[in-house]
Amino acid sequence: MHKESDIRLPLILGDKSYKDITDDIIRPIEAKPPKTWYILLMISIVIALWGIGCIVYLLGTGVGSWGLNKTVGWAWDITNFVWWVGIGHAGTLISAVLLLFRQKWRFAINRAAEAMTIFAVFMAGLFPLIHMGRLWLGYWVFPLPNQFGSLWVNFNSPLLWDVFAISTYLSVSLVFWYIGLIPDFATIRDRVTKPIYKKVYRVLSFGWTGDAKAWNRFEQVSLVLAGLATPLVFSVHSIVSFDFATSVIPGWHTTIFPPYFVSGAVFSGFAMVQTLMLILRKAYKLEAYLHVKHVEYMNIVIIVTGSIVGVAYITELFVSWYSGVEYESYAFLNRATGPYWWSYWAMMTCNVISPQLFWFKKLRTSLMFSFFMSIIINIGMWFERFVIIVTSLHRDYVPSSWTYFHPTWVDVGVYMGTIGIFFVFYLLFSRYFPVLPIAELKTILKSSGKNYKEGYGKGKGYWDKHSAH
Amino acid sequence: MADKVIFAMYDDDDKLMDGAKHLVANDVKVSDVYSPMPLHGIDPIIGIEPTRLAITSFMYGITGVMLAIIGIRYMMIVDWPMNIGGKPNFSLKENMLSFVPIFFEFTVLCAAHGMAITYLIRNKTLPGMPPRNPDPRTTDDKFVMEIKTSENTHIKESVLSKLIKDTGFLEIEEKSIS
Repeated sequence: MHKESDIRLPLILGDKSYKDITDDIIRPIEAKPPKTWYILLMISIVIALWGIGCIVYLLGTGVGSWGLNKTVGWAWDITNFVWWVGIGHAGTLISAVLLLFRQKWRFAINRAAEAMTIFAVFMAGLFPLIHMGRLWLGYWVFPLPNQFGSLWVNFNSPLLWDVFAISTYLSVSLVFWYIGLIPDFATIRDRVTKPIYKKVYRVLSFGWTGDAKAWNRFEQVSLVLAGLATPLVFSVHSIVSFDFATSVIPGWHTTIFPPYFVSGAVFSGFAMVQTLMLILRKAYKLEAYLHVKHVEYMNIVIIVTGSIVGVAYITELFVSWYSGVEYESYAFLNRATGPYWWSYWAMMTCNVISPQLFWFKKLRTSLMFSFFMSIIINIGMWFERFVIIVTSLHRDYVPSSWTYFHPTWVDVGVYMGTIGIFFVFYLLFSRYFPVLPIAELKTILKSSGKNYKEGYGKGKGYWDKHSAH
Repeated sequence: MADKVIFAMYDDDDKLMDGAKHLVANDVKVSDVYSPMPLHGIDPIIGIEPTRLAITSFMYGITGVMLAIIGIRYMMIVDWPMNIGGKPNFSLKENMLSFVPIFFEFTVLCAAHGMAITYLIRNKTLPGMPPRNPDPRTTDDKFVMEIKTSENTHIKESVLSKLIKDTGFLEIEEKSIS
């Protein structure tokens, strides 16, 4: 173990021992959940059921029950899809990229962020499926010879790339998450007393032993999966952006889309992580493990990615003018000043201007302000996708077919429903799964625990004795 | 003499690490160590070879990219060439660029899942497997060293127990295996 520089602020506060870490994280699983948990679960279930009802109605009636028309053929469905995929990017980014960079602060957020990723990608995947209108034929997107001949799916199409990208991303994230969970399930298995819990966690922990060779393999697998997942994160959202960038619609046909979408995804993903983690830390009393320093690190990532997004918005405007293509120029002028000006300026305010407030240390170290900003960014990023999709479509080449898109109650219901379903999953996760990686937090206790760093309590005199290591 | 397995339990990873060093320096073979978290630096002390899982991942990845190239070539070039805006549909080479995203995704898919499955099998961690750690506390805050007398026949039993005693363990348990 290496002693960490004193300049680095401790990541684990209080006077913690290995035992305390286990206790703090497993306590919410063993204890009876608080009343608020049941209330939140009930609310989420009601919203989720409403959403499922809307989906059933949609499948029964047809995609015509959405507010789409001849000109605006893609609207809330794909907006929601891209929004959810974007949110799903922070989890694997936190796990993979920050693991490769050996950032110890990731242990405070990686488990919950990975869970968020998986649930968000589930929600994202729902939209293309229901958008097909015939959900039960969803498997047609895979390369199976068509029943009526030997025609295959089109491997030249970005929509098919998306199928492969999203399904690879979902399954690799799931594996990454679960491999990290196995040792923690073993900790729960060896500790809980309720027979039913013991049985369930025994199955979930796959008979983990924690011998030296297993840990050796564990670390190698985590590292290699991180190495594989990092380019995957970048490729997935690049491919999502190709859905637009490879088309010839003015406003979509731009080469800046891949980096712009990727940074936008990370931006919105971190915002969602903040929204969820700030609630979780209060509800589960995890203040010692996730504190102002972690929030500040996340806010720094938000400033960086938010600024990249801002530069991309401005570059798009510049290129549309500089290209000299009048359709392209009009598409952007129409975005900012046309009938959808309000959504454009909502996007600009939420995504470009407001994150810049984090340059003030006082604001980026304020938990209340960070929570507020995370909601603002989530809203802003939804508007970004809406702006890209609807404002580019609603005025096409023929002015007689120009329209205005109005969402129907089914549009709204399906979107709200996915938020409900997401929160049902997330609440169940936070109740039954360890929300922080127990084993990995223990590895940083001696180097980043406040008591060990400052030499008081349980860490008294530790580094005086072990400076030789 | 019946073969025995000695489990020495420690309440701190550094105590175990120092103990293992002490034992190995005195020519004792430590079979294994059970810990609630990865112990960095224990592997070379007790003589555990680095894992080759990363190599398997590379091989699964190579398999994935080959399968993707062969599969897409068959579907798009050989079996049913599609005319998409008159783009070349008769040669893999000229059509390759638009297949790259799926080559990449499929490579990652195979590399990641292949390695993960190999990992689970090699660790004997599969659904329904019984837990095999010597003490339930080793997943919480205790660290256990496993020493087999069958691997240490060159040391007298009394010497061995003295050496283990020197390491300052918390508890010790001996199990005979017949």
